[in-house]
Amino acid sequence: MVSAATAVGVARRALSEVADPEIPVISVLDLGIVRSIELEPDGTLAVGIAPTYSGCPATQVIKADIGAALAAAGFERLRLTEVLAPPWTSDWISAAGRRKLADYGIAPPPAPVGSPRALRGAEAPPACPRCGSTDTELVSEFGSTPCKALHRCRSCLEPFDRFKCI
Amino acid sequence: MSAAVTNAVAGAAVQTVSRVHYLLRLADPSLILAQQLGAWIGHAPAIEEDLGLANTALDLLGQARLLLEYAGELEGRGRDADALAFLRDPSEYLNVTLAEQPNGDFGDTIVRQFLIDAWQCELYERLCGSTDARLAAIAAKAVKEARYHLRYSSGWVVRLGDGTAESHARMQAALARLWPYTQELCAADELDRAMCAEGFGADLDALRDAWSRRVDAVLREATLARPADAPYPWQGKQGRHGEHLGHLLAEMQYLQRAFPGATW
Repeated sequence: MVSAATAVGVARRALSEVADPEIPVISVLDLGIVRSIELEPDGTLAVGIAPTYSGCPATQVIKADIGAALAAAGFERLRLTEVLAPPWTSDWISAAGRRKLADYGIAPPPAPVGSPRALRGAEAPPACPRCGSTDTELVSEFGSTPCKALHRCRSCLEPFDRFKCI
Repeated sequence: MSAAVTNAVAGAAVQTVSRVHYLLRLADPSLILAQQLGAWIGHAPAIEEDLGLANTALDLLGQARLLLEYAGELEGRGRDADALAFLRDPSEYLNVTLAEQPNGDFGDTIVRQFLIDAWQCELYERLCGSTDARLAAIAAKAVKEARYHLRYSSGWVVRLGDGTAESHARMQAALARLWPYTQELCAADELDRAMCAEGFGADLDALRDAWSRRVDAVLREATLARPADAPYPWQGKQGRHGEHLGHLLAEMQYLQRAFPGATW
C-alpha cells in the first residue's frame, strides 16, 4: 500500500499527460480544471473536476480521458465528481498553460487581475501570438470552440484564436 | 402521526414542489432558447454569427442541464435532466413566454436574446446570493456566461439599431413585437415571492429597475425607442403558453417520444 502522498503524486503525473481534447498542447492540470486529488481511506482515488463552460461538449470526453489515464496508472477505484463552486474562470489557467497556449498560436487570457472590467469589454487588445504586435482587432466574440474568440492582427494580417476571458 | 407532524411533512412537501417549479422557471427559458438558437446553425448571416449563436446555445443548454438535474433530484421521482427536457408536455414547461417567440429574422432573434440576456445577468447576479449553496454555485457559473452573451447581443443591437435606415426600422419593429412579453420577466407571482422570502430565489420586483437600466443604456446607444409598457396576458412561467411552444417541443422531443430511451 503506497502512502496517500505518493498516490496523489502518481495521479498528478498521470493527469499532467491528459490533454485537453480541443487544445491538445495543454493538460487538464494546466487548464486548471482539476480541483482536488485525494486518496480516501478505502483506497478510492477521488478527483474533483470543475467544468469550463456549462455546455462545453468536451467535458464528458475530458472526464472519460481522466478516468482512463488514472486507471492506466494503476488506480482501480476511482470517483470523479463535478465541482461547481467556485466556478472555473480563465484565471484558473496556470502560467505554464498560458505559455503553451501562446506557443501554440492561441492568445492566452490576460494574467488574473481580479477585475470584472474585462467582462464589460474594457480589456486591452491581445498581442498577436505570431508576430507579437498589439495592433489587433476582434473579429468574432465566439470562435472555433466555446472557449475561444476570433481576432485578427493588423500588422501581420493573420487571424488568430484567443482564449476567451471569462 | 400527530397533526403537527402531518402539517410539517406536508409543509416540507409543498416547499420541495415550489423549489422544483422555481428551478424549472430558471431552466426552461435557457433550454427553449438553446433549441431556438440551434436552428440558426447553417443559416446565420455570416459564419461568425453561426458560431456566436451556436456557442450561446451551448452555454444555455449547459445551464439548463445543471438546473434540470437539480430539479430532478429535488423532485425525487427518478426524472433526470433528459426526462425533464424530453418528456414534459407544454403545460409543464415554465419558461417565460418571451423565450418561445419565433426566431423571425436575425434582428428578431438578437432582440429576443438581448432582452433575455440582460434579464439573466440580473437574475443570476442575485441568485449568487441564494441561501441554497447548489443554486448559488450554478448561478455563479451561469452569470459569467450570461454577461458574455449580453456583450455579444448588445453589440448587434447597437450595430443594427444605429445602422442603415432598413436595419434600424427592422430592429425597432422587432422591439415593438417582443416588448409586450418583457412584462412577464420581472412580474413576481406568489411562487416568486415565496422563493424570495425563504432566500432560495431572487427578488424580481427589485430586478425590474436594474434590468430597465441595462436595456435603456443599450437602446439609447442603438438609437432605438423604448416601447411603452402595456398590460400583458401571458403566463408562460405558470405553464400557460402561446401557440409556438407546442410546435417547438414537438420537434425537440420527437426522437425520445418516438423511440423512448433511445441512445447513440
